[in-house]
Amino acid sequence: MVTLGDYLIVSGILFAIGFAGVMLRRNLIIILMALELMLNAANLSLVAFSRFRLLPNGLPDYNGQVFVFFIITVAAAEVAVGLAILVALYRARQTTDIKDISQLKF
Amino acid sequence: MSIPNRRSLRNSRSVLQLIMSPFLFWIFALLMLVFGAAVIINRNPIASALSLVVSFLGLAALFMSLDAYFIGIIQVLVYAGAVMVLFLFIIMLLDLRAEERRQINLLTSAGAIAVALVLLLEIFHVIGTFKSTAQPFPPLARPTSDDVRNIGALLFQKYNLPFQIIGILVLVATVGIVLLSKREPR
Repeated sequence: MVTLGDYLIVSGILFAIGFAGVMLRRNLIIILMALELMLNAANLSLVAFSRFRLLPNGLPDYNGQVFVFFIITVAAAEVAVGLAILVALYRARQTTDIKDISQLKF
Repeated sequence: MSIPNRRSLRNSRSVLQLIMSPFLFWIFALLMLVFGAAVIINRNPIASALSLVVSFLGLAALFMSLDAYFIGIIQVLVYAGAVMVLFLFIIMLLDLRAEERRQINLLTSAGAIAVALVLLLEIFHVIGTFKSTAQPFPPLARPTSDDVRNIGALLFQKYNLPFQIIGILVLVATVGIVLLSKREPR
């Protein structure tokens, strides 16, 4: 039988993968993707907790799922703004490598 | 009164055993983790984006195995649909090719992997201290086919103010994106 711990472990591994991606990669697009992985790891553990803690009427605790809904909305807005900044940056510097954009001032 | 009740209970339990069987869980978890690792290992950004789609689909299957059908469906729609199209569109717009093999700084990479491993060990340790992690999930009272209604009721009653704040956030993001992508007049 699958337990709550299994879901939390899978979620923790996914978070660590995303974290390693943010630390290792130098392409800004890949860093944004790794950020998405981390957000989704948090979502997985939230949904697992929501399913684990049943309300007295025997249904999942939907507060956690509403929180996941908010996280997905904010993540979508964040990706859109991040990619727009990336495009503006590429227009100015013709690069997406973080090694080439270590200065705030152009 | 008792017959439909019992039938629905048995029905929900068989669906539960089918969906939450460890075999399917580990298949989708492995799929998600392997393709999640492929996102950060691939050198070609397009291959990374496509791996991310597969990873998100595996995650959506895990959501459905937790009886969170609405979250699973918006995961597919928002992430595998909209966000991925956005990523691929930007990659093709910028005409990014696979990175040329630069000299990898071994010390930095080893440090990054070590920090990630320490984080993972810490997460495992925290999970190990929970008492309830070894228990299986309790069965639902009835199969939840109406979780959209429940989430919607919660969203519009208890979380009405955060919902409207999210609406303003999305509006601000839209205006900001238009402003950022506008070319400056010369």
